[in-house]
Amino acid sequence: MVTALKERKTVDMTVPLNRQIQSENILTVKNLEIFYGEKRAVNGISMDIEKNSVTALIGPSGCGKSTFLRSINRMNDLIPGARAEGEILYEELNILSEDINVVALRKEIGMVFQKPNPFPKSIYGNIAPALKFAGINKKSKLDDIVEESLRKAALWDEVKDRLHKSALSLSGGQQQRLCIARTIAMKPTVILLDEPSSALDPISNAKVEDLIVDLKKDYSIIIVTHNMQQASRISDKTAFFLSGDLIEYDKTEKIFTNPSVQKTEEYISGRFG
Amino acid sequence: MFMNMRSNFDQNLKELKSLQLKMADEAQVSIKNAMLALLNQDIQLAEKVINGDNVIDDLEYEIHDKALMLIARQSPVAKDLRRLHVALRVSSEVERLGDIAVNIAKSALHIGNEKHVKELIDIPHMMEMALEMVSEAITSFYSEDIELAEKCAEKDDKVDQMFGSLVKELLTYIPQNPDFTNQIIQLAFVCRFIERIADHSTNIAENVIYLETGKRYNLNA
Repeated sequence: MVTALKERKTVDMTVPLNRQIQSENILTVKNLEIFYGEKRAVNGISMDIEKNSVTALIGPSGCGKSTFLRSINRMNDLIPGARAEGEILYEELNILSEDINVVALRKEIGMVFQKPNPFPKSIYGNIAPALKFAGINKKSKLDDIVEESLRKAALWDEVKDRLHKSALSLSGGQQQRLCIARTIAMKPTVILLDEPSSALDPISNAKVEDLIVDLKKDYSIIIVTHNMQQASRISDKTAFFLSGDLIEYDKTEKIFTNPSVQKTEEYISGRFG
Repeated sequence: MFMNMRSNFDQNLKELKSLQLKMADEAQVSIKNAMLALLNQDIQLAEKVINGDNVIDDLEYEIHDKALMLIARQSPVAKDLRRLHVALRVSSEVERLGDIAVNIAKSALHIGNEKHVKELIDIPHMMEMALEMVSEAITSFYSEDIELAEKCAEKDDKVDQMFGSLVKELLTYIPQNPDFTNQIIQLAFVCRFIERIADHSTNIAENVIYLETGKRYNLNA
């Protein structure tokens, strides 16, 4: 597996990779520091991310949570001057090491962003091209994966009759679920969500939240959210960040009923931030 | 960055607490009046206690409505959430204290002007102890004082012991004073009511500890 990730140019689409990982933890973060030029945005955090669970990252703006999230699939590589030290272990492999195949990594650790960002193509065309790029060319196989992904993203029933219509004609909530479907199609093990429903209306938000809880059967999910209620509703564990430090990391029910650290209590009960 | 950003919510919590204290005051006055009505065989005062219980009941509804409104509108978590949970619990305990005052007042009415079978000394003594527990429980709630809450709960055993021995003694009067059987049974009821006052105070004390620590203790055990 480890070498596969280093060398593989195409992904074996038939085997969900997370089924093959024995450890309870999908990711182990060790003393992670992230810098933007001289400025340190994340101050040496260590934590384990559990498999098949939803982990919420919370904290005020600028606390380092999104920076941390983006480091998990090396999205910070795109930011000039950004660099990371320490380790993020995924299957005993340090994601941060230079010889990682970042394209392969991002297939296994997918990401969905705050604002729905479908391609200006058809609904079908949002999902199929990446699969073709990954080596799947048979039309029936493509159709199957598109349908399966849309079903898993709880979007199939709403779009099955207009798969070849523009994705931009969908509502914001549908577009976001399409982006989730697009991520799922690549059969990732981890899905990173950066405030995925902050731009959505309450009904769409509820659908996305239900979907996230449903998806943890098959994936490990890490979500950055500014919505405390969202974190408390959908996550199993919650990590509270402040000024680049990981202040408290515990079961969500503990964090939201009786946190151990005063600063956590003050933040989640809205007394600063 | 660390300024208090929830002054509106905090103001509402303050108002809720003052409602709770008002309710607790009403209940304590009601219990004292019920006891005075029994001791002085004051029918009017007993009736006043019975008719005045709706004030306490209304305060309980008001507290519950306010607490539920705050849960719905402010999405409280952690200690804020426990505070509202405890507001609901404690107001129900205090409402029961009001009901007990009514029960004692009703016993006073049942006994009416009938001469007491003996001078009532131990019953008011037991009541003083129970009222002290109520006062300590409410003060510990007001000042969020765990030590005082524990001190309050420690007295419960003593009230229980007094209850046991007093009832036993009262029943020994029946063979010699069969005409006073109704009164003696009413007095035994009163002992039971006082013992319940101590239990409710202990429950309030347990809620204070839960509010502060997030952990549950059974102080009655």
